Amino acid sequence: MLRFTLKRAVLMVFMLLGLLAITFTISHIAPSDPAALAAGPDANVEMIERYRVEYGLDRPVYEQFVVYLGRLLTGNWGKSIHTTRMVWDDLLAYFPNTVELVLFSILIAIAIGVPLGVIAAVYQNRPVDHMIRILTVTGVAMPMFWLGLMAQLYFALYLEWFPLGGRIEMMTDPPRDITHLLMVDALLQGQFSTFVEALHHIVLPAVALCFPALASIIRVNRAEMLETLNQDYIVNARAQGLSTFRIVAVYALKNAMLPTMAIIGLRFGWMLGGTVLVETVFDWPGIGLYAVQAAISSDFEPIMGATIVLGFFFMMTNFLIDIIYGVLDPRVRDQV
Amino acid sequence: MNGPPMNSVDPLLSVRDFRLEFDTFDGVYQAIDGVSFDVAPGESIGIVGETGCGKSVTARSIMGLLPSPPARVRGGQILFDGEDMLTVGEERLRQIRGNDIAMIFQDPMTYLNPVFTIGTQLVDVILAQQRAKPRAERMTRRDARDHAVEMLRKVNLPNPERQLENYPYQLSGGMRQRVLIAMALSGRPKLLIADEPTTALDVTIQAQILDLIDELRADFGLSVVMITHDLGVVASVCDRVVVMYAGQIVEDASVARLFDHPAHPYTRGLLASVPHPGRPATSLSGIPGSLPNLLDPPSGCRFHGRCALAGDDCLQPPPNTVLAERHKVACWRAMEGAGAVD
Amino acid sequence: MAESIRSDTAALPGFAERHAGTIRMARLYVRTFARNGSAMLGLAVVVLFLVTAAIGPWIVPFPEDATGAIHLDQKLQPPDATHWFGTDEVGNDVFTRVVLGTRVTLQIACIVTGVAMLIGVPLGMIAGFVGGRVQEVIMRITDVFLSVPGLILAIAIVGALGPGIVNAMLALSLVWWPGYVRLVQAKTLSLKNEIYVQAARSMGASKLRIVFVHILPNCTSPIIVKASMDMGMAILGAASLGFLGLGAQPPFPEWGAMISIARTYLPDWWWYSFFPGVAISITVLGFNLLGDGLRDILDPKHRE
Repeated sequence: MLRFTLKRAVLMVFMLLGLLAITFTISHIAPSDPAALAAGPDANVEMIERYRVEYGLDRPVYEQFVVYLGRLLTGNWGKSIHTTRMVWDDLLAYFPNTVELVLFSILIAIAIGVPLGVIAAVYQNRPVDHMIRILTVTGVAMPMFWLGLMAQLYFALYLEWFPLGGRIEMMTDPPRDITHLLMVDALLQGQFSTFVEALHHIVLPAVALCFPALASIIRVNRAEMLETLNQDYIVNARAQGLSTFRIVAVYALKNAMLPTMAIIGLRFGWMLGGTVLVETVFDWPGIGLYAVQAAISSDFEPIMGATIVLGFFFMMTNFLIDIIYGVLDPRVRDQV
Repeated sequence: MNGPPMNSVDPLLSVRDFRLEFDTFDGVYQAIDGVSFDVAPGESIGIVGETGCGKSVTARSIMGLLPSPPARVRGGQILFDGEDMLTVGEERLRQIRGNDIAMIFQDPMTYLNPVFTIGTQLVDVILAQQRAKPRAERMTRRDARDHAVEMLRKVNLPNPERQLENYPYQLSGGMRQRVLIAMALSGRPKLLIADEPTTALDVTIQAQILDLIDELRADFGLSVVMITHDLGVVASVCDRVVVMYAGQIVEDASVARLFDHPAHPYTRGLLASVPHPGRPATSLSGIPGSLPNLLDPPSGCRFHGRCALAGDDCLQPPPNTVLAERHKVACWRAMEGAGAVD
Repeated sequence: MAESIRSDTAALPGFAERHAGTIRMARLYVRTFARNGSAMLGLAVVVLFLVTAAIGPWIVPFPEDATGAIHLDQKLQPPDATHWFGTDEVGNDVFTRVVLGTRVTLQIACIVTGVAMLIGVPLGMIAGFVGGRVQEVIMRITDVFLSVPGLILAIAIVGALGPGIVNAMLALSLVWWPGYVRLVQAKTLSLKNEIYVQAARSMGASKLRIVFVHILPNCTSPIIVKASMDMGMAILGAASLGFLGLGAQPPFPEWGAMISIARTYLPDWWWYSFFPGVAISITVLGFNLLGDGLRDILDPKHRE
């Protein structure tokens, strides 16, 4: 298991280098004048020249890449024009909110998606299965941002069950930063009303965000459960007198969870992309909203910073999922 | 003859005029058509026939393991200890499975769950058996574990304690079949149904597994229903044989009687296709033709299309003839050519 | 003479006989597909979408509303008999703009999927067929692209190139191709080891011939299935960029861009954002159902 983990970790370092090569290409090679781009739309000639030297843009490409890596490693991720702060500081401030939203959302998707997939498989081609199928096909078809807007319209404006947007109320003092995750910090410091308020704010965006992933998880889990329930070892388990519940919920589900884990990993990427949309709709102070605002005003360095952070986060998640995969399936971890 | 004489005691298992069909896209497949046989306590019978003759379907029906739909029982009874397995319901069936009737299967590679250890699966089965018992007699998880080790020792698996921590893929085919046998016998059932338990194994391992089944049969006082297409297996572990063809029983006899005086032309064909020392290889002919289409079974004797002796009367359902005390056959030509093979 | 010619043609099998196998297969496909209700629904939606895109400009009630006309006297009218989907903030008919949006959407979806295929399919085939170090390099680059969330990467590219519909399409194509590489590479690898390909090789067939005669035709089914699914996903992606203000710019009648403006008029003028969203959902649903149906007939492994 240790060797398996190490191997995945080494692989991830290479993937990260690949990601940085992509962002490097986008920022240093693609634009006609990278220095002008980095300096921002209002920069004068002098400022552009200063950037050129500071970023090593007058040197060969591979040297530029090394300079680029060095800059990132020392925390110099550039400066945001529209917030006028350092990108690294901005990312530190906004990223935890995104993490909270995405994790909450994926938990909802798994907690609802896996049981629904199992139910659909057990009651294959019965009314329940058809209803779940309608949910899944519409779930992936609806644009997330529109779903969010409609949820706002109905649940926040019409029914007034949930707030329209934001992380907490303007007047509420956020808890002191410990983990930077607002809900966790509120709980750690015993501020239950703040926690409930934050929970209240996260529900609509998280649900809007989880929909496509939820649909995928149900679909894959259903298909895998159907396949697993036809396996010989399920026949044997029945022949040995195990209860239907145990057969379905333990013997079959653990096998079906392996491919489901893989799809959860893939769909996590959708979610990270989706945060950009959902944060825009719900005015959620996360890294997605930050990146979009930067992109609209051609504020280049924050976009690259956000891309790297979100890409890295995605890789980390898939790394974790690989590890869980290894824990679940003894054959996988021994193959390495 | 080492088995108990027929009809001297009430049978443990009695299959009576059992009929079952499958709904398929192309129509109704008449898989089992009027099958009847008994198994006495402690007796071991073999059900022999080609692939698709209905022997595995019969075995699974006894356990209530066939999914319905597409399977549909059209009639008959399967009496086990006086209870009709076809009507007792899923709840009761679950208590009977493992505790009273157990089953082992053809391919040990696929019948163990790949993502759980041997121990987990064995202990789970043992714990599931406890639910049929009164609360006071139930085993705890620790008892179940000890029992699992004991069972693994009974099936001659080396290092039983260590095996509990292993995953199925770490075991060889023969070892896995031993684990499955241990699992099946852990509830001390009265009847073991073995569905081609040695087909997927190497020849040397086959013999070991058959010996093990025979040994445990004496140990546990088991009745055994051995499903196989291999007459050699039948000869080594069974008291009696039932020969199935196209969903029907064509011949039912004690092993010695069947080998010495096969009455049905199909049985004789089966025997002829078994290699014998001292017989020229050219006679390893088998039976020409293939199983009839059970979506639209032929009228009369289902074997007449492939039978060298077939005549016009074979288009009528054959009579069930009792040839001797323990020998029944369903054939118009039962006496002709009997004993041609020995 | 005449007679002998006639008898010759009679001896030659007709088209139907020569292609009996293909025809039987096609018939089976059509039957399987027609029996699948949701696939037929998907097909109907896609056909409706294509027809609308083709004849849109001639059937809409106010064609000039898609090109920046302004009727402030009619702004933000709720849906009624004249304006089925109501009007927007400059008095344009929302129905007209939604209908004309089909053409824009179709163009975007075709270009994004098409470019992604043009990049991905050859790369995948080269990787699978050549193998070795070439495969290693192509697949690792593919993996890296797949390990960045697509929409984020698209935003980064648009951020570098500047907002606009052309750049948005370019960005989406650039994040879309890796899926095709994976698909085609895996398929090519498995085909390469098929007996008939091995046989063709041993008989000295040229590599190009093997690729075009044996491998490419066998890759088409999964590519078609993926392309159908991807049309829907590309529509969602383009609409998302439009919604963020990074794709098509108003007054261009692109659905996402429409919703981007319309959201500021919520909740009182709900119809303005409601109908474009419904249009996106139904179109994407259509392509997804069609893709599912195609997979059911073309990819027997996924059949239930």
